[in-house]
Amino acid sequence: MIYFVLFWEFFKIGLLAVGGGLVTVPFLYDLSSNYPWFTPQELTDMIAVSESTPGPIGVNMATYAGFKATGIMGGIVATLGLLTPSMIIILLLAHYLKAYDHNLKFEALLRNIRPVSLALIAFGGIFIARALIDDYVTAGLTVLVFAVIHFVKLNPILYICLGIIGGVLFA
Amino acid sequence: MKKLCELAVIFFKMGCFMFGGGSAMLPLIQQELVDRRGWLTREKLMDYYTIGQSTPGIIAVNVATFTGYARAGVAGAIIATFALITAPILIILLLANILTVYMNNPYVMKAFTGIRIVVIALIAEAVCGLWKTAVKEKKDILFFSFALLMALSGISVIAIMCIFCCISLFLGYKRGWK
Repeated sequence: MIYFVLFWEFFKIGLLAVGGGLVTVPFLYDLSSNYPWFTPQELTDMIAVSESTPGPIGVNMATYAGFKATGIMGGIVATLGLLTPSMIIILLLAHYLKAYDHNLKFEALLRNIRPVSLALIAFGGIFIARALIDDYVTAGLTVLVFAVIHFVKLNPILYICLGIIGGVLFA
Repeated sequence: MKKLCELAVIFFKMGCFMFGGGSAMLPLIQQELVDRRGWLTREKLMDYYTIGQSTPGIIAVNVATFTGYARAGVAGAIIATFALITAPILIILLLANILTVYMNNPYVMKAFTGIRIVVIALIAEAVCGLWKTAVKEKKDILFFSFALLMALSGISVIAIMCIFCCISLFLGYKRGWK
């Protein structure tokens, strides 16, 4: 039964998360407050692991979240749930691609939805920050790291490695 | 059959080396499918990518489904998609297992304290990076602010997405779908 719930929850995420991996973060946060599968803190660790291993971030997070919920089978079921709606949609689109090319309705809808997706990513970030930043030093460090990332664009994995080194040395 | 095997091998390989998600996959696909094999043209790949980005789901997966379908129909689409995610799933399951055991190790805990700060900064940077593509007119700022306020006031993310889909449809209808 839990597998059915997992599949259904991730099916919904796959259907509604428009715009790539990080958009799944706010949905996963929703899950963390509705089910005892993982805590918001574990969610951040999941993001870090997903960003620094190969594979699409959204897929990695679904696998990890499902594993946290019920183990290996959970990881597989959650990932399948996430992929099912988009595979169906893409197959339909690929089949009717010509019609899609000039489908203004679809494009207008997507254009309007993009800022909403972005707001949800921001919300995911704010929530995680609120759960994890509990003193001024951490807050200051976060702002500093953000400034560095914003102006020196390097591979995210490199920043995560620097975070590991910094954490082990100074935390 | 040969086509399907080829698809499986190529996308499995891509899954192994694809760090950093959707946009990181584009140069990989371009090198493998456009330059080396000539299965796709650059323009076609760009089209797939745009569609993959604006349909629900994970961008990289959508591109794989599309490419597989173009090459070998529905079976190709399914095989390409599953080949792409095989390696990532195995790696994550392995790591998750290891981390569950070592999460209480003081060094691992310290490392994650550092990692968490970086993750928050990376999300903030992602929002900044996407701002220009997502927010183009005044109405978009309004949408962004309302969606954020609704989320912060505790309304479920799924409900917000559904509400704004309805509003967008209504707006599109009123504006004559321009």
